[in-house]
Amino acid sequence: MSLLLSMFAYPFIVRAFVVGALVSLCAALLGVPLVLKRYSMIGDGLSHVSFGALAVALACGFAPLWFSIPIVMLSAFFLLRIAESARVSADAAIAVLSASALAIGVIVTSLTTGMTTDVDSYMFGSILAMSRSDVALSVTLAAAVLVLFVAFYHQLFAVTFDESFSRATGVKVGTYKTLLSLLTALTVVLGMRMMGAMLISSLVIFPALSAMRVFKRFRSVVLCAGALAVACFCLGLVFSYLLSTPVGATVVLCDLAAFLVCAAVGRK
Amino acid sequence: MDAAEPKILLACHDVSLGYEHKPLLEHLDFTVRTGDYVAVLGENGSGKSTLLKSLLGLTPPLSGYVERSAQKAGQLGYLPQQTPAQRDFPATVEEVVLSGFLNRKGFRFAYSGKERSAALMHMGKLGILELKDKCYRELSGGQQQRVLLARALCAAHELLILDEPVTGLDPAASQDLYKTLRYLHNKENLAILMVTHDVESALREAKTILHIGQKRWFYGTVEEYLRDESGKRFDAARRNGGARS
Repeated sequence: MSLLLSMFAYPFIVRAFVVGALVSLCAALLGVPLVLKRYSMIGDGLSHVSFGALAVALACGFAPLWFSIPIVMLSAFFLLRIAESARVSADAAIAVLSASALAIGVIVTSLTTGMTTDVDSYMFGSILAMSRSDVALSVTLAAAVLVLFVAFYHQLFAVTFDESFSRATGVKVGTYKTLLSLLTALTVVLGMRMMGAMLISSLVIFPALSAMRVFKRFRSVVLCAGALAVACFCLGLVFSYLLSTPVGATVVLCDLAAFLVCAAVGRK
Repeated sequence: MDAAEPKILLACHDVSLGYEHKPLLEHLDFTVRTGDYVAVLGENGSGKSTLLKSLLGLTPPLSGYVERSAQKAGQLGYLPQQTPAQRDFPATVEEVVLSGFLNRKGFRFAYSGKERSAALMHMGKLGILELKDKCYRELSGGQQQRVLLARALCAAHELLILDEPVTGLDPAASQDLYKTLRYLHNKENLAILMVTHDVESALREAKTILHIGQKRWFYGTVEEYLRDESGKRFDAARRNGGARS
């Protein structure tokens, strides 16, 4: 108890806690349809794009979130189109895009500021990343993601389960897929500065995978993924405070532990 | 048929199909009405899946007009081929069946009590009520097809379009599925259009055959089809173990 009190005496930890818990929840909810639709790699690609965008914003002195959110949303839209088209193999296209974005980010920073701690924190995350104005924006956007996900839950389920049936019976499949990718883009940008570009996609993938081991009902999978994600984030934050380890990596290890437990439980 | 002029559910008017201005099939004209049971036959690459996409309104035909009255009225049920991702999907039978109502759900949060009881009724009709809380991925292929059929019934009461419904089913499960379709056709007055490779069952179950082949097509009753050239050829090819004549 005293540990928690001393932790939350630091305003930056409170900020990290609020934003991190919300973003983990969003990422986990979106992760269930993304993993089931075999779109896990899109989250990974987007995190690299958002690294590139943040690096450019930093070099040019733009407000990081305001600059990178539109860019990443745009890339999400294109990545989805690429994944749709039969002509380009989707995994190759995503790999090319994420490597290019990463390269642009690295070149821009080395030409301007050089590899500073800021860049390092974009790669691997930092608990200090959130300023007060960032928190307000992040909380608003994360709340919007949650509301939209809940409002369109049934549609997202149908489109995830069976696109051709949904399309044939008149559900606007394209709209919901675009919605899914835009919400993912938002979540990735909001989460990556704390978790790091290299690690943010684990927030999307791990909770969904773990929940799927244990539950058979789609709704239970979604709820369990959300709960697991928030719990793992909180645990990760506490451990990172105790051991002075980077928060992103610590959260990922907590997610891994949860996955192993779920896999063991699900095997029975 | 008792009505003098049964309702038109789906019709092709001088439709040409193909890829990028290379027509596979031209001047296709046929009408599916209430009470019809149509089997669509044809060799691989003859344009069956292109035709299906046009009938569902997913791709426009090269020319001509597809009249999709049943779909416009929200009365089209569809049984697609299963994707590999689906076979491993964590969802209960009930969740899958209920999603059939989505086309008429509008902007509401939950399914209504009426929809829930209708879903239970459809599951009962197809004999999967006791599987209600089972996980979709744990069912056999035949059971999965029944679940998807129940979902299609939630979406529509007039026309059912099926894409290779017995692919991947063992013979007993296939016969079971045909029996279910016969029941839906006779007792529930559902018109059926089924794309299939299974010529023997198609000739036995369907009333009308649409055969599409290289540049020509046939639409008529099973008896007419067996007298027609394409039917004879197809039948002979089948007897010779699939060798082309």
